[in-house]
Amino acid sequence: MNSLKPMRFIGAIFFTAILGMVLAVGFAAPAFAQDAPDVGPTPPLVLKPMESHIGNITGHAAAAKSDYRRYCAGCHGDLGDANGENAVWLDPKPRDFTSATFKCRSTLTGTLPTDEDLYNTIQRGITNSNMPIWNTFTRQQRADLVAYIKIFSPRWDKEKAGDPIKVPAEPPVTIDSIAHGKLLFTKLECWKCHGPAGKGDGPSSGTLTDSKDNPIRPYNFALGKDDSRFKCGSTNQDIYKIFMTGVDGTPMPSFADVIQPNDAWDLVHFLRTLQINRHGKENEILSAAHGVIPPYVDKNPAPAAAPAPAPADNKSPGGGQ
Amino acid sequence: MRLWAQSHRCQKPRRVSSVLAAAFALVFLILGASQSASALPAFARKYGLRCSACHESWPMLNFFGQKFKDNGYQLMNDRDAPIWQNPGYWPVTFRIVPLWHRVSTNKVRVDSGDGSREAKITSSGFDLTGLDFHTGGTLEKNISFYVLPSSDATGSFHFETVMARLDNVFGSPWLNVKLGKFELDNLLSEKRPLTLTANGGIYQLYHFMPVGSGNIFGQIGSNQLGVEVMGHSLNDRTRYSASLLSSNNGSVGLPYGSNSYSAFFTGSQAFDAGRLGVQRLGFYAMVGEAPTTWLTDGGAPVPGSGTGNKGYSREGFVGQFYFGPHVDLTVVTQHGSDSAWFGQGYGDLIDGVAVNNNTPGTVLAAGSRAPTWNGVLFEPHYVYNPQLIFIGRYETIRMSQQSTPGTPSNLGNITSYTVGYRYNPIMTSRAGLAWHTEYNWFHQDGTSPVSNTNLTSSELLMGFDFDF
Repeated sequence: MNSLKPMRFIGAIFFTAILGMVLAVGFAAPAFAQDAPDVGPTPPLVLKPMESHIGNITGHAAAAKSDYRRYCAGCHGDLGDANGENAVWLDPKPRDFTSATFKCRSTLTGTLPTDEDLYNTIQRGITNSNMPIWNTFTRQQRADLVAYIKIFSPRWDKEKAGDPIKVPAEPPVTIDSIAHGKLLFTKLECWKCHGPAGKGDGPSSGTLTDSKDNPIRPYNFALGKDDSRFKCGSTNQDIYKIFMTGVDGTPMPSFADVIQPNDAWDLVHFLRTLQINRHGKENEILSAAHGVIPPYVDKNPAPAAAPAPAPADNKSPGGGQ
Repeated sequence: MRLWAQSHRCQKPRRVSSVLAAAFALVFLILGASQSASALPAFARKYGLRCSACHESWPMLNFFGQKFKDNGYQLMNDRDAPIWQNPGYWPVTFRIVPLWHRVSTNKVRVDSGDGSREAKITSSGFDLTGLDFHTGGTLEKNISFYVLPSSDATGSFHFETVMARLDNVFGSPWLNVKLGKFELDNLLSEKRPLTLTANGGIYQLYHFMPVGSGNIFGQIGSNQLGVEVMGHSLNDRTRYSASLLSSNNGSVGLPYGSNSYSAFFTGSQAFDAGRLGVQRLGFYAMVGEAPTTWLTDGGAPVPGSGTGNKGYSREGFVGQFYFGPHVDLTVVTQHGSDSAWFGQGYGDLIDGVAVNNNTPGTVLAAGSRAPTWNGVLFEPHYVYNPQLIFIGRYETIRMSQQSTPGTPSNLGNITSYTVGYRYNPIMTSRAGLAWHTEYNWFHQDGTSPVSNTNLTSSELLMGFDFDF
């Protein structure tokens, strides 16, 4: 076979050029547009010059636009309204940033979280959900995304983040602290949702809904193992914060006005014993007591605790915003 | 998945006779069989993440996707075990590319009145790649698998990947054990390239063989049979892997040496560089032995009888550098060395790549040396947005020592340029579609089939790369 004739060669080049241009313009041009063609019309989203401050890092919303679209929009939606194309398939549903109601905070219930709270949530992911652990991002990327999340709700324009609660030093775990924690677990009616053994099977467990009326299940402590995580962390300090700040948007209320810090730590110690497959100092002490939690005897009687804050309609105090 | 395009690899100098022709034909066949990219909407469907979450542009992984892979295709949440999936969920993805391409080679051997001569051949038309069926995921929490039957464009299938992996052994991400046929732990994955042409769709560094060599066993781009131990930090910034491999270039049935093994090692460390992004530096090394001595039956080598192992090595550095959210550059270097025996045409006699059998009493020709070479590739990307990426690649390999004294020092040197772009008109958690356009120019010194002059080929390709 000889080389191609000149006209055929020119024809091939011409065809190639035309085909390439047509297809390049036809298909690639939409990519230069502001937003992807597959995610609906251009959203009426104002990219506010929002910032976040994580330590010495300043995050800028504008810098996270591409990352949000790449990693987050599929679930949280381009408008941050939890209407990404995948949201319908998720349980639990993704966070709706337009309401600025966040579960994991170090601030009191009903207040906005700190930048660090949002940063830590991105870094940590949320277990028992589809929210991955985004710890491969740079710190700057996470800070930028925190800033970006704030553009979706006007609350960030009007309100400041709440003040982080103070987490006092954890007292030693003792059989007494566990016993007191058990008493609080009963008095505060935690068992109504979480069940007497913490298996998430309390009498109210089947009736719970979140602030958007989606069914929601209480945490099952019994599934916990050594590497177990809660939605908002895995340490004793994280558990302490969870019930002192509440989990906004869910029926889990804040107990900050109900119990004292030391009582809260006792509750933490008891909750750890509900994680029967977890190796920890709480379960070691319980084992040393032959697995029996004795009745709590108050050696320093104090004024009676206020009644537990019953979740109205099984919804969070911070819900529905 | 692989194009079976017209290639320079099938046209070798008559001087090196049919050996080279067979060798390169084999290499081409092997490459053709091994070019299966991985991008799994099945994973996206399971976890509800867009392709862009794991892929810089599919099929190339980003750091998050690399961590997902390193975790055994798990996000490390409570949804990893298959018990969480709808019983009807079947993690299968297929991938194929209908395309149009124009292929041109400047010197192809053709008959002439008084023998042979060289002619330029250019052809164009619509075509297909091979078809991949990916299935992978978890059998249970921390037990993962991957099976990939892959075909050429004619529908002839082989097993490209078959492996099971114990993940996070003893609860530690630092210990994961994989057994089967799998891709080596190359940071720049040839199974997930952003290129599709015959010469641009592979990394030449990963398959290079000096002209006349009989060593097919040092191809780090080929999926290999063996066992791999790898580990990583929780955020995947630190990674290592060590593999023990049969020296058979991934061929099943124990066709080669009776006791020939190789090893492949990698290590890398990534750094947080603020607004620039994550930067990663690493190394790789492959060292091994492969047979040169064969028992014969009627003159034909007996499969599995190979002994007389000789050594080879490939080592280099890898850098992945990010310059903000849009621009990144990957650099891979390589220094390669084969035993002088391989350089003199001993080695894979089974497939006819080697022509000499190292029978007892054989001595190498006087002055024979170990062929060595150095190479580097640069692959920059410009990510305009998650849907549109522009790709470039420059790759060069230079012989630093030929096996036979007097051989032109540049014989077999390779230079390759590739440019292109991929546009993803859809970006969902259900399927992938990319409009792919690519141009590759390939040049090799002294390997034209008749005149032993330089060989050049080029290919322009465009098509729909899709998977579901």
